[in-house]
Amino acid sequence: MRAITVVGASLAGLSAARALRAQSYDGRIVVIGDEPHQPYDRPPLSKDFLAGKATVEDIALSTPDDAALDVDWRLGHKAVGLDAARRAVRLDSGEELVSDGVVLATGARARTLPGSALTGVHTLRSLDDALALRAELAEGGPLVVIGAGFIGAEVASTARSLGLDVTVVEALPTPLAGPLGPEMGALVAALHLDHGTRLVTGVGVAGFVGEERVRAVRLADGRELPAAAVVVGVGATPNVDWLAGSGVGVDGGVLTDARCVTEVPGIVAVGDCALSYNRFAGAVLRLEHWTNAVQQPEIAAATLLGRRVEVRSAAPYFWSDQYGVRLQFAGHRRPGDVVGIVEGDPADRSFAAVYRRGGHPVAVLAVNQPKLFGRLRRELAVPEPEVVR
Amino acid sequence: MIPVCAVRDLPVGEAVRVEADVPIAVFNVDGELYAIDDTCTHQDASLADGWLEGCLIECPLHATCFDLRTGNPTGPPAKKPVRTHEVVVENDHVYVRVSTSILQHGDVA
Ligand SMILES: Cc1cc2nc3c(=O)[nH]c(=O)nc-3n(C[C@H](O)[C@H](O)[C@H](O)COP(=O)(O)OP(=O)(O)OC[C@H]3O[C@@H](n4cnc5c(N)ncnc54)[C@H](O)[C@@H]3O)c2cc1C
Ligand code: FES
Repeated sequence: MRAITVVGASLAGLSAARALRAQSYDGRIVVIGDEPHQPYDRPPLSKDFLAGKATVEDIALSTPDDAALDVDWRLGHKAVGLDAARRAVRLDSGEELVSDGVVLATGARARTLPGSALTGVHTLRSLDDALALRAELAEGGPLVVIGAGFIGAEVASTARSLGLDVTVVEALPTPLAGPLGPEMGALVAALHLDHGTRLVTGVGVAGFVGEERVRAVRLADGRELPAAAVVVGVGATPNVDWLAGSGVGVDGGVLTDARCVTEVPGIVAVGDCALSYNRFAGAVLRLEHWTNAVQQPEIAAATLLGRRVEVRSAAPYFWSDQYGVRLQFAGHRRPGDVVGIVEGDPADRSFAAVYRRGGHPVAVLAVNQPKLFGRLRRELAVPEPEVVR
Repeated sequence: MIPVCAVRDLPVGEAVRVEADVPIAVFNVDGELYAIDDTCTHQDASLADGWLEGCLIECPLHATCFDLRTGNPTGPPAKKPVRTHEVVVENDHVYVRVSTSILQHGDVA
């Protein structure tokens, strides 16, 4: 390997550059990113950064040590095509970069709803999104958040802390039922009510009211919620469109094995854009979690460099901070798993719950129980590690 | 010196957090006591809530390990060391002498 091109200059792309150097790769590394910014951390965008408690410098991912990575950064450039057989990445400038290895780390973008072009309707994925939303929140509410997932809930929490009137609308009968299951989803969603956020569940959004600027959100049952601003938090779509026809397999994410290799040797995919076989879950998963975007690049780098890889069976992990409460989840929940509280009391907003399948612990949720979480996540039923190559 | 707790209230494998100018965490590793700044140098997490393995404490949020003897992180995402403090045991009571080191986050000791 003499030249490696990384597409995507965020957490997974930077982690790939770091992992390659940490594994003694001394060839050329080019990192292409379509945002003009140096890599930054996204989780604070809905938390401290949105609240105005963290600055752009605070959320920078690069550190002074990273200068030693000797990366050729191509920021503000979009990759528009890939010729997999030649490992050639075409940029919007027309330039073509041919290399021995390619790391796909293009992440995901926020999904939108029809009518989202109205002024005052926001999504939250990038630094620019967060700056725009932060300025909007400073103008006051009411704010309507569409979608009670983690990002929607965090935005609602931050907006409440800034004193805005907030309503969250969720199409499902129970928020977070997908990742947490209905029982725990309901307990976590109760945080909204504790903090004076209105929660409307089980009803979809029919559209936006307003000519240039949004004035209200119209619900499927005809109700209108007045809105000075709206945040659409209805999930993310992987940035894989540019790979159509490239020869790399895509199916709602770049398909990879547990070693992050795509169907084309020498091309790996990591982070939010990757749909990878996950040994812990025994299934292909597209994880949209910070920790995954740090761990996968280590495996991918080893794979590209032809080193022995111990494919970790670590349980997927994410956290979320809402209303001053820290949620942590590890493992993989499937419908039918049986969940029970093992410590604490949901009424105190401090408890831990374990999900079991066939009697085995397969996932754990902790609410303001970081120490106990550290123990419980280590007790999850983990398959034996698999050494490849 | 800051009083922490009675020696018997800090059993092997456990940690306590005390409020000083900044919060400090004290750990009992097989009878040896160590004190460090409690707040992770990466983001907002209490190291007293972390996972203790030998002389390494793993941050509960993003799993950086810090060496209790030196305060140095052994890997990312944290890059900066935590301060270490001297632990004094007198009359079965644990105290911490807060390090006056002006070591700034970012300087590597
Ligand atoms: C508001 C918010 C809060 C979050 N909070 C948490 C949390 O609390 N806990 C948690 O575990 N996770 C959280 N996450 C998720 C976490 O941030 C992501 O998992 C992580 O950012 C994934 O990193 P990535 O590098 O794979 O993708 P991304 O961070 O999405 O980066 C991909 C980069 O590639 C660029 N790109 C895309 N296409 C191209 C192209 N064709 N050419 C060039 N560049 C391209 C994109 O613009 C982007 O800069 C949060 C995410 C958001 C948005
Ligand atoms: S807060 Fe400790 S590693 Fe991130």
